Amino acid sequence: MRLGELAPVEVRRRLRAGLALATGPFVFRIVSPLPAVAANLHRLYTDFPLADGPFADFHVRVDRVAGTRRWFKPQAQFWLGTHRPFQPLPADQAYAMLEWGMNWCVANHAHHYLMLHAAVLERGGRALILPGDPGAGKSTLTAALMLDGWRLLSDELTLMDRDDGLLWGLGRPVSLKNASIAVIQAHAPQAVFGDVARDTHKGTVSHLKPSAESVARLGEPARPAWIVFPRWKAGVAARLTPHPKAAAFLHLASHAFNYSLLGALGFRLTAALMDACLCWDFEYGHLPEALQRFRELAA
Amino acid sequence: MNRRCHDLLTVLREPARMTDLPLAAWDRLLPQARAAGLLARLAVQAADLGLTLPAAVQPHLTAARTLAERQLEAVRWEARKLDEALAKLDVPVLLLKGAAYVLGGLPPARGRLFADIDILVPKAALGAVEAQLMLHGWHAVHHSDYDQRYYRQWMHELPPMTHLRRQSHLDVHHDLLPETARRRTRPDLVIHAAQRLPGYRCLHLPCLEDLVLHSATHRFHEGEWEHGLRDLSDLDALLRLGLKRPDWWPVLLARARELDLALPLALALRYSRRLLATPAPPELSKDLTPAFPPWPLRDALFLRGFGTAHADCAPPGTRLAAFLLYVRAHWLRMPLYLLLPHLLHKAIRRDDETET
Repeated sequence: MRLGELAPVEVRRRLRAGLALATGPFVFRIVSPLPAVAANLHRLYTDFPLADGPFADFHVRVDRVAGTRRWFKPQAQFWLGTHRPFQPLPADQAYAMLEWGMNWCVANHAHHYLMLHAAVLERGGRALILPGDPGAGKSTLTAALMLDGWRLLSDELTLMDRDDGLLWGLGRPVSLKNASIAVIQAHAPQAVFGDVARDTHKGTVSHLKPSAESVARLGEPARPAWIVFPRWKAGVAARLTPHPKAAAFLHLASHAFNYSLLGALGFRLTAALMDACLCWDFEYGHLPEALQRFRELAA
Repeated sequence: MNRRCHDLLTVLREPARMTDLPLAAWDRLLPQARAAGLLARLAVQAADLGLTLPAAVQPHLTAARTLAERQLEAVRWEARKLDEALAKLDVPVLLLKGAAYVLGGLPPARGRLFADIDILVPKAALGAVEAQLMLHGWHAVHHSDYDQRYYRQWMHELPPMTHLRRQSHLDVHHDLLPETARRRTRPDLVIHAAQRLPGYRCLHLPCLEDLVLHSATHRFHEGEWEHGLRDLSDLDALLRLGLKRPDWWPVLLARARELDLALPLALALRYSRRLLATPAPPELSKDLTPAFPPWPLRDALFLRGFGTAHADCAPPGTRLAAFLLYVRAHWLRMPLYLLLPHLLHKAIRRDDETET
């Protein structure tokens, strides 16, 4: 059964006891009494299957901070089991906090993968990895590529299998920040967004619903083919230029969540990834032109 | 501890029983073990025994084992660096707790997670040790004058240190208990009985009895109980190792009396037997302890202490017990005329993030 098949009232009811969602390799059992969390999950996770087994990988909860804070500047807090990894945030950031918390759960525990800090999408069986510094336009490009028919694996966490080097997706909503929200809304008016959270530590944030195909094909891993470092610059023509592999290796290793934790295995996996991929720098100023260039790349 | 923790205690006692657990039991056990800092230990034991576990569980154990292996390597590297930094002082540097288990190749090292490294040096050498450590990149974390004075005047350790580049944490002790503690022990005897580690110039390993006594003392004088069960599991593994030696119990008891650490040992033996089925003769705990407070009262307090790691394991009254254990730890640490001003200072100066 998919989450979208439940009535909103049923989603709220299940969230009180624990709603188990399968997001690729991980089952999250989510508890939250907050209506905004229920509404955003219902809107963005429509196509995700409910997990009906007795086991969840992560038991998470988002609720209000108790006490006088309930009425005066209410706050939300995120729990993994009995542990609160973050400081509370204003209550209107509760849903964004759940998304960040879910990322944190994976990034801090899933050491059975090599976890790179990069977006990843797939087309024709080949995966495109997009590392990128904050502000480089990585999320915008990821969202636009997904809306152009690329299958989204993740906008943040590239999970590489330790045994065969294949990439596994989470398929969860794409986090867009500040100006890129309006850019994607203008580019694809049909795109579905969650509530907008303002004044977060990342600025204004809103999540974009993943495409139905991305969610339906979460069980299929993808073979890495390209690593592209995007950079948005106003007015420039879209241009792919070779990125030295040694530099790409260092960038991925130093931005990975658990490269050093895996020791020699981390080195071997990253080296194998370099062997399997073409590495490019990509400068772009206009989304349609950028998308055309990626269609040509995948052709 | 309560009934929802039953499976955790069962598999700590008999790791092979992990294969009996249905997936629904793992759904409770995994978060409990993770919160208690024991998931990696279970993972290592499952791998050693070659157990076949549910496919959904296996990745979590692989991940926990990976983390533990990495930490083991990091501890060895850190020990090497400490040895290099302190060798020229010509004083014995004793490794305590986790680092001692790893470098000594002792059973509790398997699947153990680390927050810091603890060492013990003679008090007379403390100044030279600190200076040498600072030359090699370690520096104090607590900067306020109050914290500095708290550690230097009253505690059994220097203010915690962090390495500038590696960000590793180091606690430098000169005693097993604070200077102000009600119980006075004999660090000189512990240092005297330690053996130099082969391959190192100044690093030493305390004798097995002293490792047991230090672990027990630390556990039952400490106010934070989240890792209580992990510490008890360390003790259980050390005690089982000791059993292979002739006259283990009489030797351990005599040492406990010599170091004035009979009570913490008695408590350790009782709860390790009770929760982890350590084969320790029950009469030992009775011989070592005064009649007051009565055991039911102690049990009510400490058994709840061991349940604080995860809400699942916490019977009613756990919050109160945790508070009382915290107060007890401070009571043991310093006399009232020092303790009250200290707690008052901490209550007012909440912002400076002291861990004292």
